[in-house]
Amino acid sequence: MLAIEARNLSKAYRIGTREAAPESLMELAGRFLMAPWRNWRRIQRMDVSGQPDSSDDLHWALSDLSFDVREGESLAVIGRNGAGKSTLLKILSRITEPTSGHAWIHGRVASLLEVGTGFHPELTGRENVYMNGTVLGMTKREIDRKFDRIAEFSGVEKFLDTAVKRYSSGMKVRLAFAVAAHLDPEILIIDEVLAVGDASFQKRCMDRMAEIAREGRTILFVSHNLDLVDRLCKRAIVLRQGRLTYEGNVQDAISYYLTDDSQRGAVRDLSKHPRSGDGRARFTQVKILNASGQPSDYHAFGNSIRIAMTINATCDLRDVGVAVVLSTVSGSRVITGWNREADTPLHFERGENHCYCEFEDLRLRPGHELWVSLWMEQGGGVLDFVESVTEIECRAQDDDSQRLSTDRAQGVIALRQRWCSDVPTGTVKSRVQVSQ
Amino acid sequence: MHESRSTLIEPTSGWKFIDARELYRYRDLIRFLSWRQIKLLYAQSALGIGWAVLQPLLTLAVFAVVFGKWTRVESHGIAYPLFAFCAIVPWTYFANSILEAGNSLVSQADMINKVYFPRVILPLSSVLAKLLDFSIAFATLLILLWINGIPPTVRMLILPVLVAVMVMAALGLGLWLTTLAVKYRDFKHAMTFLVQLGMFATPVAYSTSAVPESLRPLYALNPMVGVIEGFRASLLGSTEIPWGLLAIGGSSAALMLISGLLYFRRQERSFADIA
Repeated sequence: MLAIEARNLSKAYRIGTREAAPESLMELAGRFLMAPWRNWRRIQRMDVSGQPDSSDDLHWALSDLSFDVREGESLAVIGRNGAGKSTLLKILSRITEPTSGHAWIHGRVASLLEVGTGFHPELTGRENVYMNGTVLGMTKREIDRKFDRIAEFSGVEKFLDTAVKRYSSGMKVRLAFAVAAHLDPEILIIDEVLAVGDASFQKRCMDRMAEIAREGRTILFVSHNLDLVDRLCKRAIVLRQGRLTYEGNVQDAISYYLTDDSQRGAVRDLSKHPRSGDGRARFTQVKILNASGQPSDYHAFGNSIRIAMTINATCDLRDVGVAVVLSTVSGSRVITGWNREADTPLHFERGENHCYCEFEDLRLRPGHELWVSLWMEQGGGVLDFVESVTEIECRAQDDDSQRLSTDRAQGVIALRQRWCSDVPTGTVKSRVQVSQ
Repeated sequence: MHESRSTLIEPTSGWKFIDARELYRYRDLIRFLSWRQIKLLYAQSALGIGWAVLQPLLTLAVFAVVFGKWTRVESHGIAYPLFAFCAIVPWTYFANSILEAGNSLVSQADMINKVYFPRVILPLSSVLAKLLDFSIAFATLLILLWINGIPPTVRMLILPVLVAVMVMAALGLGLWLTTLAVKYRDFKHAMTFLVQLGMFATPVAYSTSAVPESLRPLYALNPMVGVIEGFRASLLGSTEIPWGLLAIGGSSAALMLISGLLYFRRQERSFADIA
């Protein structure tokens, strides 16, 4: 029995196209008068359903995706940011429609694309449980029946009649997840929601998920946390740029995903990268440069590394905050470089600008791969945010770093270390000699 | 337990009507969303639900001075405050409902983006939530009538019909506005303006008898004309029940609702992409 049959699913979004700057005052005035008409055309074109054309400002978030999920199976969807995972889940949860293709869903679906949808700070915990539960498709009777179990699971029983705005963020998440964990769907679609709360709560969530899986329910699971994926799922599909590139057992899929280096590169063009921000300035290129200033897609242990950006600004911008974020493949941030913290003001002029951020003496455990994300802001407004633009591989450099374990579980940062003991080294040696 | 069922997900096109069975399955959500709106509206406010009485009463005070005392609007021999309040109560409902329903999709875009449910529940629950305010204001109106010694009549039996037309019109217009506002944020600004203008195109401060006879059929296309004159006729008993106005207004309300639902459903598929 199949639970989900996806056939040739595709989804297109229209991405914004930038216009050339006006060259005269007359042109500027003309633009101003024509703005309502242009805006109207632009809004009209936002909805691409109906007759998708092949114009170049279409971004295919998913293209021609086909796969099956058997009943009772846990399938993981793996891929980089922007690979189309979330779009796929949104289509299967009926939040958005595919541009073409179709899918059959056999059974009642509950989707958890975010815990706490419908939560409102002014309402009490109890009220929010009912609100959130009905939003997720439960009836009041169902919630009545499960209420005690939900309250117990959340561990916030004492505060159920307190407004949620007085909750700590951890309590909120626990309550929200407790509701979600007690949905009784035949098919459960989960997007990256297990990465919340403290370690013990995460474990409880994991156990609950495993329990749901054992009960024979079908689970579609998206996470950057590959350990979790490995524990929860047997089979996986890998997406890259909206296409299915691998389908098979979960361990193979993970190693395929990790060795897939097509996303890596010392110099990357960012003009077509998915992004958010108001667009007054955009990152158009990023370069990774090694200690000698050469483009390089790896980082040699203990050396400095330079992340150089090309920024295209539509106007003069004073006092811009730019951040370079390095994070692991499982999504945790390792290092953030921010010009404001470095007390270096940055100003950009209209047109192309260049800047770089250099990390000195960067000691990262060989075997790790770090994703680079770029962000900039001015006057409190986000100008541009591009996630996971390129990947840096961490490699050993000298004898010292050769000795480091490449087991990623040992952490990303490898500091210089000095060891001491109250038994002098010489004494141990002599004792060893004695025993021989 | 829910019945097992299969769903086909594919690009849809063309017109479709509301899926009543699905709406019924989500009845608890309609209830909780309406309730949430009421609760949130009066959360952390000292007067709380008292605002439902105060808002129309304050409007009435201004009307009574400006139109009752200074400009002396014709009110068919009824004390002007009562004459005006019979209109202010349904009008306040109508105006607040369409504003609330009109903003419902944009203000809850995060929900639209994260979970599936029949989207029509959002404007629907706004319109339903406002019925509580309406009931409270209506009770105030009944008390005012009683204090002024105006006896209830058998004509009051038409009130449920009037309320039905009023809700239909509010939902119909609300559906149009909210669908347009998701795509064209202009409508957010236009809505407030539209409601303000609408009051002058509705006999709230004045009587329909002030409108030239030849224009009245056109005037009655505004469903609130028949509703308000109906309220006056049934509660004050000064005029006959305006069957003509009501027939025209009722038809136009029905048309607004049906077209609103169709347009909403046609645009629904793109809400998550553009909201």
